[in-house]
Amino acid sequence: MQIHKYDTVIVGAGGAGMRAAIESTKRSRTAVLTKLYPTRSHTGAAQGGMAAALANVEEDNWEWHTFDTIKGGDYLVDQDAAEILAKEAIDAVLDLEKMGLPFGRTPEGRIDQRRFGGHSRNHGEAPVRRACYSGDRTGHMILQTLYQNCVKEGVEFFNEFYVLDQLVVEVDGVKKSAGVVAYELATGEIHVFQAKSVIYASGGTGKFFKVTSNAHTLTGDGQAACYRRGLPLEDMEFFQFHPTGIWRMGILLTEGARGEGGILRNKDGERFMEKYAPVMKDLASRDVVSRSIYTEIREGRGCGPEGDHVYLDLTHLPPEQLDAKLPDITEFARTYLGIEPYTDPIPIQPTAHYAMGGIPTNVEGEVLADNTTVVPGLYAAGEVACVSVHGANRLGTNSLLDINVFGRRAGIAAAEYAEKSDFVELPENPAQLVVDQVERLRDSTGTERVATIRQELQECMDANVMVFRTEQTIKTAVDKIAELRKRYLDVSVQDKGKRFNTDLLEAIELGNLLDLAEVMATSALARKESRGGHYREDYPNRDDVNFMRHTMAYREVAEDGTESIRLDYKPVVQTRYQPMERKY
Amino acid sequence: MATPTLDKADKAPEPEAGFADSPYITATFRIRRFNPEVSDEAQWQDFQIEIDPKERVLDALHKIKWNQDGTLTFRRSCAHGICGSDAMRINGKNRLACKTLIKDLSPEKPITIEAIKGLTVLKDLVVDMDPFFQAYRDVMPFLITKGNEPTRERLQSPEDRERFDDTTKCILCAACTSSCPVFWNDGQYFGPAAIVNAHRFIFDSRDEGGEQRLEILNDRDGVWRCRTTFNCTDACPRGIEVTKAIQEVKRALITRRF
Ligand SMILES: Cc1cc2nc3c(=O)[nH]c(=O)nc-3n(C[C@H](O)[C@H](O)[C@H](O)COP(=O)(O)OP(=O)(O)OC[C@H]3O[C@@H](n4cnc5c(N)ncnc54)[C@H](O)[C@@H]3O)c2cc1C
Ligand code: SF4
Ligand code: FES
Repeated sequence: MQIHKYDTVIVGAGGAGMRAAIESTKRSRTAVLTKLYPTRSHTGAAQGGMAAALANVEEDNWEWHTFDTIKGGDYLVDQDAAEILAKEAIDAVLDLEKMGLPFGRTPEGRIDQRRFGGHSRNHGEAPVRRACYSGDRTGHMILQTLYQNCVKEGVEFFNEFYVLDQLVVEVDGVKKSAGVVAYELATGEIHVFQAKSVIYASGGTGKFFKVTSNAHTLTGDGQAACYRRGLPLEDMEFFQFHPTGIWRMGILLTEGARGEGGILRNKDGERFMEKYAPVMKDLASRDVVSRSIYTEIREGRGCGPEGDHVYLDLTHLPPEQLDAKLPDITEFARTYLGIEPYTDPIPIQPTAHYAMGGIPTNVEGEVLADNTTVVPGLYAAGEVACVSVHGANRLGTNSLLDINVFGRRAGIAAAEYAEKSDFVELPENPAQLVVDQVERLRDSTGTERVATIRQELQECMDANVMVFRTEQTIKTAVDKIAELRKRYLDVSVQDKGKRFNTDLLEAIELGNLLDLAEVMATSALARKESRGGHYREDYPNRDDVNFMRHTMAYREVAEDGTESIRLDYKPVVQTRYQPMERKY
Repeated sequence: MATPTLDKADKAPEPEAGFADSPYITATFRIRRFNPEVSDEAQWQDFQIEIDPKERVLDALHKIKWNQDGTLTFRRSCAHGICGSDAMRINGKNRLACKTLIKDLSPEKPITIEAIKGLTVLKDLVVDMDPFFQAYRDVMPFLITKGNEPTRERLQSPEDRERFDDTTKCILCAACTSSCPVFWNDGQYFGPAAIVNAHRFIFDSRDEGGEQRLEILNDRDGVWRCRTTFNCTDACPRGIEVTKAIQEVKRALITRRF
């Protein structure tokens, strides 16, 4: 075991982690621990754009953006945070441009902007061009640009280090962060990083679904590490299902495709979104479009022999426009489906896409131990966190924005905290939990296999807690997850070695997915209303009287060691926008 | 059922629940195995699997790892050609496993898979990427500007933006560099990927660091080692015209004023 000491440790090198690192490296001795090489992070998969009311191509302002964000999130958004997001968006985009990001340009040479779902002029009047983009490679350009600037600033990376535990100690009744424990993939060695500040930027958790746009590595490690140490997870029932994933594969086809004029059609060729969202049509917010697609499918208007998908039609758009604005996604259709998007519509279905919930933080990125108390020295930003700027449903292009705005804020706040604070003493045997976990899995002779349990979990989640949910389906999921968690104790791995043991790490990642799936299903069961991405067929309406509040889920361990989830609730911060019915 | 499309998911889990209408084939994957914890020698090992030819080589590797041999080791993340994790030699050519479909590989014969060349193999298909990223860092891959920062964005015409578009697509997968015979023989050579990333800035109208970067590339391990074999262009999964980019850097070196 090795022990390292840094002022600031950042867990994750996606957009949020690297944006934080650029700030904190200037101010404090910083280490970035990342299970992937930074440029492999899933921020690179983001396609469509990053929102900011630059008003480069038409009238726009950050207040409209704030409103759209709050409405898009079905009023579960903390309005103070949304205001910061929309206001700081403008500098966030300009900062990236100054760092070198190659944005698409207008004929005048300004940053070009395109339409995106749920973004409107003057509180819902009509779609507005607010998304700054670089073809359909916006995330790739952000990830590359931030990595380039990390190279420039000399940021110190520990690549292929998996953070598996968060060290929380109680000092005078206050929970504080002492550091993290990481596993080095190349050697199997365990490292303790003592740090004054720790920032989680470890991304989403989409891999508990089967049809998903998320990478294999998005297994919610950061959420699980904090949760296991008694810290809460907020709003985990809210998961976004993006309307246009490649049929059965889940690979994302950006909403920018509809922003450029693409149309969704059922088997009769009908532009069905006109029925569900007369104003915004195909550009209504994602939860609305995903439900509309499944309604079409259920009512027998789906395409294909099994009627299980609909079409994204780009055939009326000029090939030059597709080549210029959507080169990657048209190539995905060619590579993976053998379809030519110039002439043929693309089969799509909703795909599990984005975790609105996560580690609760305030607007400085400080992690909360309960509704009000912060954990000194602990921060989170990006998809792992819940600020909450996305509420019950995130608007497209608001996450690339979120990682930049709150990544930057967390980086500054963490470094400043480190500057004025001392190290918290490490607990005795700081690596114990990880050592035990690794040894148990490596030595186990159990008969259960990781791949089998993971597959059963993913199929259960797709079938029961996706776009439509009921009491009965969620209960089915809760029971199945409980069964899988029990079987997980009997899991063994074949690779017993120390070197690049990805077999072992997949087992650990599965453990994280199981914990988080349980939290998600339990939170969903208790929320007896429909709001944003959480749609209950048995409670089809939003219920502001009982449920205008965030869910806070805590892991409880009884004296005899039995685990359970305790749910609590946190008020939503409302400033100037009163909840209204959401129409598009 | 809650979500109609996925009804079938509830039935007995079939690993191949992906493509209903297509015929499965039995394919042999001949994989170059190496694990110094077990043996100093690398060796070929054959695996037979049932697979839909429309699936990816990455799907095949997962099937082997998940159902047959958990020790098989490779890197991967995004599974759709965006993160650059899984460049490997497939039937003797560098490709991304997640962007190569089985049907395009004549699967009636054994499909060979080995680690990319020129970088030290650490285990099975995993190579040491550090020298590759060091070469990248050495070309100063970031925007260099002088003078005061503008308050708004820097202006750039669509034509100027288009000028370096091709080389912005790089995902640092190393398929090009590890297909380059010069790099195989001389690990000191920067390699095509680093030059591609230098090109991305040299031809960016906003950048003012061209001179410094060209000086670095003028070095004995720089662009002049390139022998224009086009392996890199053939290997690039992003369709970047790598050799052309290198030629443009060479030309910039010749025509620049000192
Ligand atoms: C296909 C796709 C398209 C999208 N398009 C858009 C879009 O157009 N606009 C938009 O706004 N949003 C979009 N999103 C959402 C957005 O891209 C993501 O939410 C965002 O990029 C997440 O960034 P992040 O920095 O939080 O996490 P990531 O980029 O996922 O980075 C996570 C980092 O954490 C590290 N990590 C994870 N676990 C550990 C561990 N245990 N130890 C150490 N390190 C760890 C990883 O190595 C990685 O570096 C899209 C998402 C997807 C999947
Ligand atoms: S130029 Fe192409 S092959 Fe080379 S590293 Fe970049 S993406 Fe990979
Ligand atoms: S897994 Fe990301 S490029 Fe293949």
